[in-house]
Amino acid sequence: MEQSDSKQMKPLRRFNFWKWTIISVIFRIILIYFSQNLNFSTRPEVSTPVTSLRRLSEGYWLKQLSMSPYAGSMYHGSPLLLAVLGPLTVNKIAGLPSHILCSLVSVVADVFSAMLIRALGQHLQLRLKSFQLSGLFKQSELLPSGDIAALVYLWNPLTLVTCVGFNTTPVENFFIILSIYGASARLAPLAAFGWTIASHLSLYPSVLIVPVILLLGYGPDSPPRKLSLQRETVKGMHKGSNDGYPEQNYVINQLPPPTLSWRPVLSFILWTSIWTSYILILCAVSMKDHRGLPEMFRKSYGFILTVKDLSPNIGVLWYFFAEVFDFFRNFFLIVFHVNILFMIFPLAIRLNHRPIFLAFVYVAISSMLKSYPSVGDSALYLSLLALFANELAEMDYSFFLFCGYVGVSLLSPVMHNLWIWRGTGNANFYFATAMAYACFQIILIVESVSAMLNHDRKIQKLCTQQTIELKDRKIQ
Amino acid sequence: MSRLQYLFLVIFLLFFVSKSKAKEELEAEEEFSEALLLRPLPDRKVLAHFHFQISVPPTQTYVRHHHLFPKSIYQLVQKFRIRELELSFTQGRWNYERWGGYDPISSSVAKPPGVELWAVFDVPKNQVDSSWKNLTHALSGLFCASINFLEDSTTYSSPEWTFRHSGNSLRYGTLPREAVCTENLTPWLKLLPCRDKAGLAALMDRPSIYRGSYHSQKLHITVKEYGAVESNSGIILQQTLSVVLQPPNLGIPSKSKLQPSWSLSSLFGREVSGKCILSKSSHVYIQFEQNLVSELKRLEEATKASNTEVLSSGFSSNNPSFELSVSPNRVIKEVASSDKGTSVLFEFSVDHYRDLKPFDLKLNWKLPASWSCEQAPFHVSRFLMGSGNERGAIAISLTSTGKNVYKQGATEGGVCHFRVNIFQFVPWYVKVYYHTLRIYTDEQLQPAEGLVEKMRVSPSEDKVSPGVMEMVLKLSCGVKTAALTLEFDKGFLHIDEYPPDANQGFDIPSALVNFADFQTKMHFVEDDSLENAPILSNLKETRPVLAYTEVLLVPLTTPDFSMPYNVITITCTVFALYFGSLLNALRRRIGEEERLLKDKERRKGPLTMLLSRLSAKLRGKPIEPPEPSSSSTSSHLVSRKLISKILLVAGVAAIWQFYLE
Repeated sequence: MEQSDSKQMKPLRRFNFWKWTIISVIFRIILIYFSQNLNFSTRPEVSTPVTSLRRLSEGYWLKQLSMSPYAGSMYHGSPLLLAVLGPLTVNKIAGLPSHILCSLVSVVADVFSAMLIRALGQHLQLRLKSFQLSGLFKQSELLPSGDIAALVYLWNPLTLVTCVGFNTTPVENFFIILSIYGASARLAPLAAFGWTIASHLSLYPSVLIVPVILLLGYGPDSPPRKLSLQRETVKGMHKGSNDGYPEQNYVINQLPPPTLSWRPVLSFILWTSIWTSYILILCAVSMKDHRGLPEMFRKSYGFILTVKDLSPNIGVLWYFFAEVFDFFRNFFLIVFHVNILFMIFPLAIRLNHRPIFLAFVYVAISSMLKSYPSVGDSALYLSLLALFANELAEMDYSFFLFCGYVGVSLLSPVMHNLWIWRGTGNANFYFATAMAYACFQIILIVESVSAMLNHDRKIQKLCTQQTIELKDRKIQ
Repeated sequence: MSRLQYLFLVIFLLFFVSKSKAKEELEAEEEFSEALLLRPLPDRKVLAHFHFQISVPPTQTYVRHHHLFPKSIYQLVQKFRIRELELSFTQGRWNYERWGGYDPISSSVAKPPGVELWAVFDVPKNQVDSSWKNLTHALSGLFCASINFLEDSTTYSSPEWTFRHSGNSLRYGTLPREAVCTENLTPWLKLLPCRDKAGLAALMDRPSIYRGSYHSQKLHITVKEYGAVESNSGIILQQTLSVVLQPPNLGIPSKSKLQPSWSLSSLFGREVSGKCILSKSSHVYIQFEQNLVSELKRLEEATKASNTEVLSSGFSSNNPSFELSVSPNRVIKEVASSDKGTSVLFEFSVDHYRDLKPFDLKLNWKLPASWSCEQAPFHVSRFLMGSGNERGAIAISLTSTGKNVYKQGATEGGVCHFRVNIFQFVPWYVKVYYHTLRIYTDEQLQPAEGLVEKMRVSPSEDKVSPGVMEMVLKLSCGVKTAALTLEFDKGFLHIDEYPPDANQGFDIPSALVNFADFQTKMHFVEDDSLENAPILSNLKETRPVLAYTEVLLVPLTTPDFSMPYNVITITCTVFALYFGSLLNALRRRIGEEERLLKDKERRKGPLTMLLSRLSAKLRGKPIEPPEPSSSSTSSHLVSRKLISKILLVAGVAAIWQFYLE
């Protein structure tokens, strides 16, 4: 039975990952060719004031006139991005759409992100296989979650729209994934580089420092660390008994030691400080004539944190701050941002053995609560979610959530069109879809966290049973 | 009694003498003159341009008594150290195509709708803004208008070179939506020595002057500095009121080509009953502009009038095509210059008219005449492109009026060029992408580098500063049309920032187009009589040819104004849902974990036991008797732990208290 199963799975596993990747790239290029007609670049769901490349080219234009790129309230990104992507927005190839170079950068970033997600999935897979937890899963063989997640990233309509939509989100997502990958491969310099750049570009990924350190210290996701404490006792019992029961059949024996390896963590901190100072120096050099670094911090991070732009997006903060009384504005700014920070430690304590999953939860939370969210952020956490296809197989409400995401992504543009373009709708209609979207994201986060905790409980149960079995055998 | 009478007499005498003395001195110094210029317009309308001028020569004393000059204006000038100021209230839009855009009168009369204020200050750079803010408040009080809205840094700008070359001390602001009415006119009239009780200002019958198609009242202060000492300045206050009126049709069928005949009484409903006694000169002028003059000459020749002496004598008041009820005191002809024809001014003095014999000038047309006003080289218009409330584009289009520009254009390497300065001011909620600037000439997209000679952009900053663009376009003389477009995104405001009628939209103030290579003035024969008429010496001054574009109405999306509480509560509910459910999922324990917890509970200290007992009692459940497993050592340990905890809390509280004080 098992063999036939594996025979069925093999073609599925090699379901031509590369073929689908190449098709997705071609599909993207076709979409880019028609991007002028699709007009994704001005959709509020796709490009936010922080990520819009149109604003970046305005900043580049101002810089060319030897003014500060932050003059006016147009550009809010990094000065380094300006130096890299700015020339691409100006250079045009005759006969092709004007934004083609920038869009090609997005395509390349998307493909690299997908490759890194795949590698991340393979790390997780290796780890999972080493524990021989196969009894826990319904399928005899594990799903190739890396391939699935990479293809989810490449073929997610949200990613496609973001890639064609002429914004910097693909690049930001790439650096987020790069930092997680670097940590999971225990490459401290790479992880530090990814983390520094990602937090420099969009500030919110800075919360990922917790999962990255855990990942470097303990390695990728594993069953709860508490279980490995029982190992010693089991081993002690094992020595006494000479029943020839194979040792490696016990889950407990494969568990990693519950100690934090300090070397990669320290090297990560060292490299982070190196990269941070390097980036700050580069920024200071490029902002030298324009009031220096304080101006950059004020205009990029200050803009993100104080929610100055109230144009509608798929988040909930714009309408709130357009309506709230000025007197309470600062209070609510603090409350909403602290909401992200408050959850860091409870989650880190409860999920410290699963750093990649923890990273997924952080990314999901910040993309829900950030001041200028876009669908590109959702695309990132949805593909990270697919990495845990095996563990989260028993997640509740998954069909409901799928329907919710589809419904919101169809209704939201309709409501936006009714309100902004036709003038027949009302701001409340559009805000209602944003609320619904936020609720679906909340349900997704809560359900995935509880599904993961249930999965851990299952493993724990299994281990306790085995321990009891062992004890009984010893008594006999 | 007699002594008292004597005292009174002495006081009276003293008072009289001093007053007459003062009068002698001041009358020699302060001058007031009034004038009214009437001009028939090609579209059967009449432009009436009132011009009042009061001047104060420089004095040595700081505090002084004014005989004619309004004290409020003098104080304003002294307090804010104004070098030049112009304030205009305008209702309606000057029709450049029909009413002219090139001659000195139309370029000084044409103003953007609403309030326009600009001022040049004589203060250090860092104090200019505060002076401006105080000035707006003072003017707001003086003229009963909401000029104080110009105080906000998002509403004014400092154009550097397109408007006027004044360096950094110039501030310019407009309020396009300000409604202009009698409440603004009354304080303006109060500045005149005779108010509207006597003289030409008596013509200002409110219903008739506000009935016109265009109404612009203006106040211009020039401080002429003679020396470095500020008190040495002479101040000239010019007040003008320009109205475009439609003369009532007096039995002439409207389809007739004959221009409507009009008189002062038919235009204003009043007559002039003499001059303001305080004025030095009081004149009424009728101006026929050059195209009309040549048209009349043509008519004259065509009719071949019998009396050839008229022809030989040239242009005079008794022309076959029109008739003036009062013969003019003087006919002033412009000196023919090489490039244009001459206009004619008929001067009437109202000095010798009295109440019983009022002055009522009448112009009767006898032959139909049609002409067109002199146009600026380009007709300028500005419009919005795109639909919806998310984004759009501003376009400024210049259409050649067919005027020959080769004379004024500068020739450079054999190619004739001329410059067009554009000054555009946009509020911050219209977020202009300046890199999307496209320039089209003759409907062909041109690279901006070739056409833009000079450009200064100060992009708008949200809620801090407006977007200002100053640009010098260098167009070749043969260009028929030129257009420039700029894309923009519409911003979203906080509900408090919307005006009461938010759905009406927001106004973008007029852009100012300055044809830098073109200047206009009237050429008169140098004569002593001109000195007596400030309006004529004013027309003689060289002026730039300006054109204001239309005010744009930008509709912005509005949020639901009735929703703040709902939005706050719903959003906070969603946040609570997130926080609560996630925390609940994290701390939920089932099965073994619960048992583990129970085991822990058994090993608890006496205080916690007490607490649990209390809570159980409160919940109305039977107390679970804890197993007496706790040994003495463990209880000792727990109590020590407890003590250390209490000590820690107390220490933190003490430190807190200490640092708080």
